[in-house]
Amino acid sequence: MAFLHGLGMVCILLGIPFFVSGTIGLLRFPDIYTRLHALTKADNVGLGFVVLGLALQAEEWNTVARLLLIWLLVLIASSASCHLVARAALRRKIQPWTRP
Amino acid sequence: MMDVMGFFDIVLALALPWLGWRLLASSDLFRAVVLFISLGLLMSLTWVRLQAPDVALAEAAIGAGLTGALFLSALRRLERLSESERRLEHAGKREEDETIPPEKRRRAKPVAYVLSLFLLVVFVLLLGWSLGQTPGAKGGLGPAVAGQMGQSGVQSQVTAVLLNFRGYDTLLEMMVLFLAALGVWSLTRVRQTQQGEVPGPVLATLVRLLVPLMIIVAGYLVWIGSSRAGGAFQGGAVLAAAGVLLLLANVTVVRQVPAGLLRWALVLGPLLFLLTAVACMGGGGNLLEYPGQSAGVWILFIESATAVSIGVTLAALYAGGRPPAPSAPEKDNEEGPGSGVDKGGKA
Repeated sequence: MAFLHGLGMVCILLGIPFFVSGTIGLLRFPDIYTRLHALTKADNVGLGFVVLGLALQAEEWNTVARLLLIWLLVLIASSASCHLVARAALRRKIQPWTRP
Repeated sequence: MMDVMGFFDIVLALALPWLGWRLLASSDLFRAVVLFISLGLLMSLTWVRLQAPDVALAEAAIGAGLTGALFLSALRRLERLSESERRLEHAGKREEDETIPPEKRRRAKPVAYVLSLFLLVVFVLLLGWSLGQTPGAKGGLGPAVAGQMGQSGVQSQVTAVLLNFRGYDTLLEMMVLFLAALGVWSLTRVRQTQQGEVPGPVLATLVRLLVPLMIIVAGYLVWIGSSRAGGAFQGGAVLAAAGVLLLLANVTVVRQVPAGLLRWALVLGPLLFLLTAVACMGGGGNLLEYPGQSAGVWILFIESATAVSIGVTLAALYAGGRPPAPSAPEKDNEEGPGSGVDKGGKA
């Protein structure tokens, strides 16, 4: 049990840098498309690690199932909203950033 | 572990007023809306930290989610206005106001500051005074509620208070919500011009995946409300979110819901709640004094009905008007394939 708990902690700690890099990308990248890329991709992996870590620490199986469901729903919602935001930006004729 | 959570609480306590200030000081309305949604999510986290998961659920669903969606849709209707009109002009703009001569403006400003400071001090003093006047109950009403849980018909103390001990308040809340929907409906119809756009495949699939799931979650929240965090308002808010998603995706099903059905769904909760409350008086009891051991059944009955009505009401508030009349002449125009042109040309 202590081993699983420790492994879970490691997974959660592994997930945090992904969130941090996603946030840095959101703040530092030049345009909406690159920011979306940083945010949704990195956060999904980060959330995957956090969910995995929490699942390893969970005491009941139905908690694990709920965590997996949450991860799946966030994956679907974030990729869909990423697509929608990008599509709305394209429709407004926002040009993708290119290296000057 | 406690230290980590204590640190988290301090960050939360600092972030909330900071976010509130940023959102009030923001001149860009879109930024303000985004900050408002963030504030709602942080508020929800705060409620979790205060061990009030019911309030946290309601805050996340209604405070952050639906109110944010309402603000965003209001913002979209303002999009026709030019950029300068959309921005709230603060002090910087006011100084350029030509109607007031400059010497008068300079004099008016400190007076306004002093006056508002004075009012603020009076307000804080009055608040403090009334707080001092309020007799403090030892341990709040918690022990009193816990003592009566046996006859409440439910296991959750929050639900027991909301629908049994203080059911009258919840009844009035339902009426307020109902009146809000009536107010919006009496002002305007749903705008027809929004109906042209067809949802893309991604959005359509998302709706097809999420809406059934959201309905299940709403039912689960209402059901679990009798023993844990959840209840009619939380379930209703999730239903409303499903409705908003359908409205956003412009699914044809939403347009085909008969107006009569919508009206009945709107009335269902308040009406059944009121009828139950009055029926309780028939047996010789008080308003909302459920007879005998049947409280649990009545509460579930009321909660299911009100959840449907709350969902429809909130979604109707988002739609922003009463349903279009079935035989209205403009409807025939809008259903044509070219109806989205004027909207699409702008986008």
